Amino acid sequence: MSLEDYLAQNSATWLKDDGPESDIVISSRVRIARNLRGRIFPMLATDQDKQEILEAAARAAKHSALSKLGPFELFAMRDLSEVDQQVLIEKHLISPGLIESSGGAVLLRPDEEVSIMVNEEDHLRIQCLLPGYQLETTYRLADQLDDGLEEMIDYAFDEEKGYLTACPTNVGTGMRASIMMHLPVLVLTGHINRILTAVTHVGLAVRGIYGEGSDALGNLFQISNQITLGQTEQEIIGNLHGVARQLINHERTARQHLLQTNRVLLEDRVCRSFGILAYARQIDSKEALSRLSDVRLGIDLGIIRGVSAGILKELMVATQPGSLQKAAGQTMTPEERDVRRAALIRDRLRADPSSSLQ
Amino acid sequence: MMCEQCGNRTATVHFTEIVQGEKNEFHLCETCAKEKGYAAYQFMTGAFSVNQLLSGLMNLDPAVKQRAGSSQTRCESCGLTFSQFSQIGRFGCAHCYEAFAPGLNPMLKKIQSSNQHVGKVPKRQGGTIAYRRELTRLRQELQTRIQQEQFEEAARLRDQIRELETRVME
Repeated sequence: MSLEDYLAQNSATWLKDDGPESDIVISSRVRIARNLRGRIFPMLATDQDKQEILEAAARAAKHSALSKLGPFELFAMRDLSEVDQQVLIEKHLISPGLIESSGGAVLLRPDEEVSIMVNEEDHLRIQCLLPGYQLETTYRLADQLDDGLEEMIDYAFDEEKGYLTACPTNVGTGMRASIMMHLPVLVLTGHINRILTAVTHVGLAVRGIYGEGSDALGNLFQISNQITLGQTEQEIIGNLHGVARQLINHERTARQHLLQTNRVLLEDRVCRSFGILAYARQIDSKEALSRLSDVRLGIDLGIIRGVSAGILKELMVATQPGSLQKAAGQTMTPEERDVRRAALIRDRLRADPSSSLQ
Repeated sequence: MMCEQCGNRTATVHFTEIVQGEKNEFHLCETCAKEKGYAAYQFMTGAFSVNQLLSGLMNLDPAVKQRAGSSQTRCESCGLTFSQFSQIGRFGCAHCYEAFAPGLNPMLKKIQSSNQHVGKVPKRQGGTIAYRRELTRLRQELQTRIQQEQFEEAARLRDQIRELETRVME
């Protein structure tokens, strides 16, 4: 598979498929940080050190049990154009930190469910990203990858402190588990602030995917564990699971309640947004995200028919600057991007043959 | 909720101020909060990051400062000093955890739930660690069973412990 295939819009499972509870949960992700024993962390490492880490990772991907979970292809950041790097970030396959670190690289699997970042803040960052709500499956996959790597790599591990990481906020399990959720009605009714505060009290963190707090663009939130030391992986996943279940239920109840008490308001909002997306000639990414969120809600509630529910996540990635420019095959000014973005959304809405408002 | 100041925008900054025992709650929009220049808000935004939070914890807490010893404590493996670590918030290598342990342990208790790892142990390299953890757990259970006078169960546990002990010895 070539790099171009990885950069193609719909190559990633999490963007293509729905997964469980997909009316609320967009994706589940588990990231595990690991370092090699006796090696300086990437922040202070020389280019030579980083090259050796990279070779060790590539070797393990080919020859350990990891190879059975593959195939993996290695991409060094220095070989990628700026736009290509941007697309990988927008598809959530790598972090912005990987580009900043010299000698950064990523091992990618064709379904893009697995990416292993090399020489980011830690030597290795195993990431698994699946569509919908499947935290346990995601963790099991990450756990297997970790065991595979460990067959050939000695990790920096301490019996008392656990897996040693560059940042003390990751030490212990080195694991960050998270779920991306679409919570439009909890935001609309203002309940979100209270919930978000409550969530932080149980050792979890919530942030907007794009933007912060109740201003989270597209009403998209990421809930993740803050604590990595003093809890087992199962406890961490269990905590997250408990809170996520509640959030899903709250959002669903709020949707039904709003539909019963204020149907016109809801339909008006959804249909206006649909109209704007279907006819606008230029649109910035901020407006696009919030309109797409409305349309997605309309689809979930049966107000809009014939448009696939995947439109929100598909377009939230495709309308980002990097992906837009990649598709256009040229660099564009923000104004040019707004025009292109509007055209892309119009085309996408028309691609579903029988889209209609109820 | 709308901003108490302008009433036009949604309130996104919520905080409680306590002055001489008097408690005041504020709900403001971002613009008004900025105009008011609340210290709390300044602290929350701007270049606020994990690094600042970490160095904040280490610099403000006298217990940490005292135990950390000299901020010039240097990790002999990578050369990072404790004061550099507290500024950057990142370690240079795995040995830093040992080199900076006196200052680090109280900090870890604050940012994490404890300073003892109880999660996964590497399969190959972990060797007997997993067994030893299991032993500790079994011994605790044995004590409980004895106290509860469940001797049959206790005997079973005792055999299990013996078997595991022989394996660890090997």
